[in-house]
Amino acid sequence: MKTIEETETEITEEFELFDEWPDKYQYIIELGQKLPPLDDPFKTEENKIKGCQSSVWLNSFEREGKIIFEADSDSTFVKGEIALLIRVLSGQSPEDILKTELPFIDKIGLRQHIAVTRANGLASMIKQMKTFALAFQTINRKL
Amino acid sequence: MSSSASTGTKTVSGFDVQEARKIFPLLHVTAHNKPLIYFDNAATSQKPEVVIDALSTYYSEYNANIHRGVHFLAQTASQAYDEARIKVQKFIHAQSEREIIFTRGTTESINLVASTWGRKNISEGDEIILSVMEHHSNIVPWQMLCEEQKATLKIIPMNDNGELLLEEYKKLISSKTKLVAVVHVSNSLGTINPVKEIIRIAHEKNIPVLVDGAQAIAHDTVDVQDLDCDFYAFSGHKMFGPTGIGCLYGKLHLLESMPPYQGGGEMIQSVSFEKTTYNEVPFKFEAGTPNIADAIALGTAVDFLNSIDRKSASAYEHELMIYASEKLKLIDGVKLIGTAENKTSVVSFIIEGVNAMDAGMYLDTLGIAVRTGHHCTEPVMKRLHIPGTIRASFMFYNTKEEVDVMIEGLNKAIKLLKK
Repeated sequence: MKTIEETETEITEEFELFDEWPDKYQYIIELGQKLPPLDDPFKTEENKIKGCQSSVWLNSFEREGKIIFEADSDSTFVKGEIALLIRVLSGQSPEDILKTELPFIDKIGLRQHIAVTRANGLASMIKQMKTFALAFQTINRKL
Repeated sequence: MSSSASTGTKTVSGFDVQEARKIFPLLHVTAHNKPLIYFDNAATSQKPEVVIDALSTYYSEYNANIHRGVHFLAQTASQAYDEARIKVQKFIHAQSEREIIFTRGTTESINLVASTWGRKNISEGDEIILSVMEHHSNIVPWQMLCEEQKATLKIIPMNDNGELLLEEYKKLISSKTKLVAVVHVSNSLGTINPVKEIIRIAHEKNIPVLVDGAQAIAHDTVDVQDLDCDFYAFSGHKMFGPTGIGCLYGKLHLLESMPPYQGGGEMIQSVSFEKTTYNEVPFKFEAGTPNIADAIALGTAVDFLNSIDRKSASAYEHELMIYASEKLKLIDGVKLIGTAENKTSVVSFIIEGVNAMDAGMYLDTLGIAVRTGHHCTEPVMKRLHIPGTIRASFMFYNTKEEVDVMIEGLNKAIKLLKK
């Protein structure tokens, strides 16, 4: 299993192949199209993160001390972003998820294109993933 | 200039679009290395050179605080500010310049009426009538007022084409109705509402009417006396002026009866710790140093609008809207949202199986600026059972060639994104 930093470096290198935003957009759309859909029973109101222009369903569970994320969206672009976040964070420990500030988002030029608008729920997704991590960490400590 | 936009000359409506494009510097930039195609005019208009220059001239030649100083600069600035008010007055055909209050924009204009006229005149059990196609800025201030005063909102419904049902509106009016607040032109559907008729009906029962004119002001002649509206709110930035400046028109007797909005300098006549007396209208509603530069530049925007042939500009914008609508209808899976008989230069649409934001972002990669989402009109989207639309809104500086580029882009977007 790669560390969060290793996966981030890998993604940053992949994005270095693209000079311009339109190429990055196309690549993120491709990633979104490849992400397996979330099973309908998990598309609950509870799992829903409501953005201004798209909806995201995020499900998580714990397996051997690591958190597994699964997610879906009505927007293919947002699914592409989810695919990147899942690649970096899914399968990691709650502690590592809580620690990372995900610098790759800046490095690949994603933040400047979408975080300035409220259209995209990327920030809310990250926040929700960290909230799950915190919840699992708290449960584990109590056990 | 973009090659796609430089081929046209005079249009069917007789409007010289290429001449118009020359005076808007921003239309000649690129976005993602493509010639910019700006179809987000309902959000804000681009600025002609004269408006940009007016701002720069103010700050470099006569920046001073107004209505106080006895010196040369203060007098020059005060005069320019006062002249801007008169320009706006004449532009909307108000009776007196005292009926023009400078605000930050439509939103503040509506909030001003809600917090002053509203607090004074709306009480428990009263009703305010709005329409289903209001922008959030003509919903939330009234909702806040209703919560505070224990009053209720009543909503005029619309048909599937996006036209208000006037018969239903008449049924909503009762002895409890204290205000009608309605949008002149819908920002998400483009519908031009029959506001004159809506006002006439309300006035039969002596109910005042506020009109949200944000989307109407740049596209058609507004005559507040002919409409006989009691309040008319609009923004400078949607009519070629700067951001941060807008207007509230109010009938003088109403403005005079209203308590002040904010307290501070400029809005007072005299102040002591025992008693403060307020300045007269409009200064009573303009506390503090006003937005001098932007008000003056708004005056320049009015001059600009007066300098163009507005009738043919408006006809040309309509021509663009019809052209785009016809082309969009030919795309498989596209559904136009908002097909009112009387419409301004907005095309809103959805594409079956394609998320609106994804399509909007795709168009952006081609240098095309459109808006996607609910356009701050969530009740409209709920009424039509859709999450949002893609909206292209035109100004007279747009071309049919630009529309063609968008149509081509949409076809590609569908190929890429269709689920």
